[in-house]
Amino acid sequence: MIGIEHYVVVSSILFVLGVLGIFLNRKNVIVILMAIELILLAVNINLVAFSAFLGDLTGQVFAMFVLTVAAGEAAIGLAILVIYFRGRGTIAVEDIHRMRG
Amino acid sequence: MIHTIAFYLFAAILIASAVLVIMSRNPVHSVLWLILAFFNAAGLMVLVGAEFIAMLLVIVYVGAVAVLFLFVVMMLDIDFAELRAGFMKNFPLGILLALVLLAELVLGLGAYRVGSLTLGEADGSAMTIAGRSNIESIGGLLYGRYLFLFEAAGLVLLVAMIGAIVLTHRQRTDTRGQNISRQVKRRPEEATVNVKPEVGQGVKL
Amino acid sequence: MIQLIVFGPLLAAIVAGFANKSFGTVFPKAVTTGALFLSCALSWPIFLGFMTGTSEAGVTPVLEWVRSGDMTFDWALRIDALTAVMLVVITSVSALVHLYSWGYMDEDPDQPRFFAYLSLFTFAMLMLVTADNLVQMFFGWEGVGLASYLLIGFWFRKPSANAAAIKAFVVNRVGDLGFMLGIFGVFLVFGTTSIPEIIDRAPEMAGSSIGFLGMRLDTMTILCLLLFIGAMGKSAQLGLHTWLPDAMEGPTPVSALIHAATMVTAGVFMVCRLSPLFETSQIALGFVTFIGAATCLFAATVGTTQTDIKRVIAYSTCSQLGYMFFAAGVGAYGAAMFHLFTHAFFKALLFLGAGSVIHAMHHEQDMRYYGGLRKHIPITFWAMTAGTLAITGVGLWFAHVGFAGFYSKDAILESAFASGTEMGRFAFFIGITAALLTSFYSWRLVFLTFFGKPRWDQSEHIQHAVHEGHHDSAHHNLASQEDAGHDPHAPAHKALDDEVHGHAPAHGDGTAGYHPHESPWVMLLPLVILSLGAIFAGAIWSHSFLDSAAFWDGSIFYNEHLMHAMHEVPAWVKIAPGAVMLIGLAIAWNNYIRDPDAAGRFVAMFGGVYTFLKNKWYFDEVYHVLFVKPAFWLGRKFWKWGDEGTIDRFGPNGAAWVVAQGSRYAQVVQTGYLYSYALVMLLGLVAAISWVMVR
Repeated sequence: MIGIEHYVVVSSILFVLGVLGIFLNRKNVIVILMAIELILLAVNINLVAFSAFLGDLTGQVFAMFVLTVAAGEAAIGLAILVIYFRGRGTIAVEDIHRMRG
Repeated sequence: MIHTIAFYLFAAILIASAVLVIMSRNPVHSVLWLILAFFNAAGLMVLVGAEFIAMLLVIVYVGAVAVLFLFVVMMLDIDFAELRAGFMKNFPLGILLALVLLAELVLGLGAYRVGSLTLGEADGSAMTIAGRSNIESIGGLLYGRYLFLFEAAGLVLLVAMIGAIVLTHRQRTDTRGQNISRQVKRRPEEATVNVKPEVGQGVKL
Repeated sequence: MIQLIVFGPLLAAIVAGFANKSFGTVFPKAVTTGALFLSCALSWPIFLGFMTGTSEAGVTPVLEWVRSGDMTFDWALRIDALTAVMLVVITSVSALVHLYSWGYMDEDPDQPRFFAYLSLFTFAMLMLVTADNLVQMFFGWEGVGLASYLLIGFWFRKPSANAAAIKAFVVNRVGDLGFMLGIFGVFLVFGTTSIPEIIDRAPEMAGSSIGFLGMRLDTMTILCLLLFIGAMGKSAQLGLHTWLPDAMEGPTPVSALIHAATMVTAGVFMVCRLSPLFETSQIALGFVTFIGAATCLFAATVGTTQTDIKRVIAYSTCSQLGYMFFAAGVGAYGAAMFHLFTHAFFKALLFLGAGSVIHAMHHEQDMRYYGGLRKHIPITFWAMTAGTLAITGVGLWFAHVGFAGFYSKDAILESAFASGTEMGRFAFFIGITAALLTSFYSWRLVFLTFFGKPRWDQSEHIQHAVHEGHHDSAHHNLASQEDAGHDPHAPAHKALDDEVHGHAPAHGDGTAGYHPHESPWVMLLPLVILSLGAIFAGAIWSHSFLDSAAFWDGSIFYNEHLMHAMHEVPAWVKIAPGAVMLIGLAIAWNNYIRDPDAAGRFVAMFGGVYTFLKNKWYFDEVYHVLFVKPAFWLGRKFWKWGDEGTIDRFGPNGAAWVVAQGSRYAQVVQTGYLYSYALVMLLGLVAAISWVMVR
C-alpha cells in the first residue's frame, strides 16, 4: 500500500533534482528560477502528504501560504531578470558575475 | 489497486519531467516540462485527498507562474546555448552532494520504517470536519484560526505586485505627456507677456 | 638692578620678536636698542665701582630651578669684578651694534626679527657671564650658540648662509659635548655645580685620580681638559675653528657683536672664571697654552692670504683669541681678560668699519675691488686706521704709552716669557711671529682698501649699482630734452646707450663712474665711540687689570709673582713686539703701496705655500672626508635600512601589505556566480543535516 514513505521519497527526489538544477545549469538564469519552483513543489507535496496522513489540515493551509509566497517570489525574480537583461543583454549564468569580489 | 498504479504513474512522470526541466536545452521546453510536473503533482495531491491544494496548484502555478515564465522566456531574446564545457567541472561534486543528501533522506526513511522515528501526533484541532468537503474545512481554518496569516499573505502579494511594477516601469522618453497640475495652475496674467527684443536678438521663451 | 640689566634685553627680544607687521619696524628697533642702552648705562657704574673698589661682589638669586635628590641648583645672578668687565663689554658693544644696525640693515625687510635675535643673543650672553653655577652657564652657552645659528643664517634664503649656520652650530656642539662631560665630571667629583664651591674645593682634589674610559687619570686634568674642549668649540680654537670664517655669511653687525667681542670670548671667560681649577693641573694649562699658541699662528698665516675683507678680520679674531688662551695658559688671567676687553673694542671697530666700507661699496666684499677709498669715506678710514693701530699694538715701549693693543698684547707676550716654563717660552716665540703676521695682514687690509688707485670697475656689485643709477639718469635726460623741444635724439641717445650698455670705457680711472659715499650717522657714531675706546682704553685701565689684585678680588686666580715678573723681563722682550710690528708694516707698505706687483711675484715664487694657506691648511677638506662624509653615509644607511627598510616595512607598509594579501585570498571565494554560492549553501545544508543525524 502507498504509505507516507512513498510520498516522502518522491518529494525528496524532487527536492534533490531541484537543488542539482541550480548549480548544474550553465545556460541561463530562468532555469535556476524553475529549479527553485521544483524545490517549492517538493516541499508542498511533502506538506500535503503529511497533512493527509496525520489528519491535520494545518499542513494544507501552510502549503497554500507556500504557494502564495512562491508565486510572489517568482514574479519578483522574473522582474529582476527582465531588468538585468535590459541592462546587460545577456542572462547566461557565466556572464553574470558583477558581484565578484 | 488503481490507487497504487495511479500513484506510481504520477510519480514517475513527475520525476521524469523534473529531470527534463533541468536538462532541456530550449528554455521553452523547460517551461513546458515544468507545467507537466505541476500537473502530475496536482494529481498526486488529489490521490491523497487534498483536492483544494491540487486545484490551487493548477490554477496558480500552472495558470499564473508558469505562464509568466513563458512570457519572460519569450520576451527575452535568449539564444539556444549549447551545453557549455564548464558543465562537467562541477558535475562530480554536485552529483556527490546530491547522492549524500539522498542517502540521508533514505536513512531517515529507514529509521522510520524500523520504528525508531516517531511522527508527530495531531491534536485534532485542525481535523477535517466530518461530512464537509476538503475545501470547506480549509475555509473554516483559514478564516478562523489563520485569519491574520491569510491577510498577511495578501499583503505579501500586494508588495510583490508593487515591487514588480516599480522594478520594470520605464519612462518613455520619446513622448511628451500632459502635466495636468501645471495646466491647472496657470493664471491669465502670466499666460502672455510683452517683450521688446532688439533688432536681430531673438526672444527667449 | 642686575635683573634689569640681564632681563631687559630678553623682554625687548620677546616684544620685538612677537610684534607683527602692524607695529611697523621702528617700534621693535626702538624697544631693543633702548633696552640695550639702558643695560649699558646700568653696567658702567657697576664696572667703575669695582674699579674704584666701592662695589662688592654678590649673588642675587632669581628662581629655584632643580631640586632632584642630591642635585640642586638655582637661577642666580652673580656679580664680581670678572662679571663686571664682561657686562660692560657685552652691553656696550651690543648697544652700539644695535644702533649701527639701524643704518646697516636699513633696507632689509626682516628688521624686527634681526633686532629680536640680537637682543636674545645679548640676554643669553649675559646669563652666561652672570652664572653662579655651571648649568646656568651652560644654558647661556647654548643660548648664544642658538642665537649665533639664527643670526648667521639670518638671510635664510641664501643656501650658503644656511650651510654656514648649521656648520657653526654643529661644530659648537662638538665642543659642547666636551663641556657637558666636564660638567658631569665636576658634579661627580664635587657633588655640586655651584662655581664658588667648586673653586673653593678644587685644590683638595689636586692629586686624585678618576676612571675615565677605562683609564685611570688625574681628576683635575681630565675635568679641565673636558671643560676646555667646550671653550675650544665656542672660541674657535685650532681643531674646532672651521665655523668662524664661514660665519661671515651673516650680516656684518652680527660678526661684530658675536664673532668679535662676545660669543667667541665666552671660552676665555669660562677659563678665567674657572681659573682656580685650571691652576691645579699643569697638564691642562700646558694644553691650553699650546692650543692657544697654535691657533694664534695658524689663523695669522691664513689671514695673510684672504681676499674677503671680513674673512681677514675673522681670522684675525681667531688669532687674537689664541693670544688670550695662551695668556690664560701661562697663568696671566688678568692679561687675558684685559686683552679680551681691549680686543672687544678694536675688533668690533674693525668689523663695523668693514661694514661701513661694504655698505659704501654696495655690498662688495672682495678687497681686490677696493682701492683709494680714503678720499671717499674719510671717517671710516680714520676709524679703521685707529683700529689697526690698536690691534697691531703701536706704542712707545719706553714711555709705556700707546694704543689699546699695545698694552694688552705686550702684557701677554711679556707674561708668556716671564712664566719660565718651556711651553711659555714656546708660546712667546709663536706669539711674536704671529704679531708680525698680524701687523702685516692688518696693514695690508688698510692699504688695499684705502690707498692706491680705485680698482672697482670690474666688480659685479658696482656694475649693478652703476647700471641702476645710469638708467634713472638716462631716462631723466631724455625726458628733459624732449620737453625742451630739441630733437637731438639720435646722437644723445647713442651716447647714453654707450654709457649704459657698455662697460663705461669713458671712465679710465677704474671707478666705472661709481662714487662711494660715507655711511649715515647711525653707523658712524658707533665707529667714533669705539675708536675712542680703541685708542684710550689701554692707557686708562691697564693698571687695574694687570697689576691690581684688589680689583679682581678673587674672581680670577691672580698670580702675584707672575705679574711682577712680567714687568721685569729683559729689554729685548719689551722691544720685540714693537719691532715686529714695524717690520710687518714695512713689508705691507712695500707690497701694496710702493711696489704693487711684489705681492704677485711673492705668490708666484711660493705658489705651494700660498695655496696651502689660502685653502686654510685644508682643514675643511680633511674634516669633510673624516667626519662629514661618514656621517652622511651613516645617516643614509639608517634612513634606507632602518627607517624605510625596517620600521616602515613592518609598520605601516607591512600592515597595508597584509591587508591587501589577505583580501586577495578572500577574493577567491567571491566569484559572483550564482551556482557557486548555491553550491556553498548546499554544502552547508548537507553538513548541517549530517551533524544532526550523527548526533
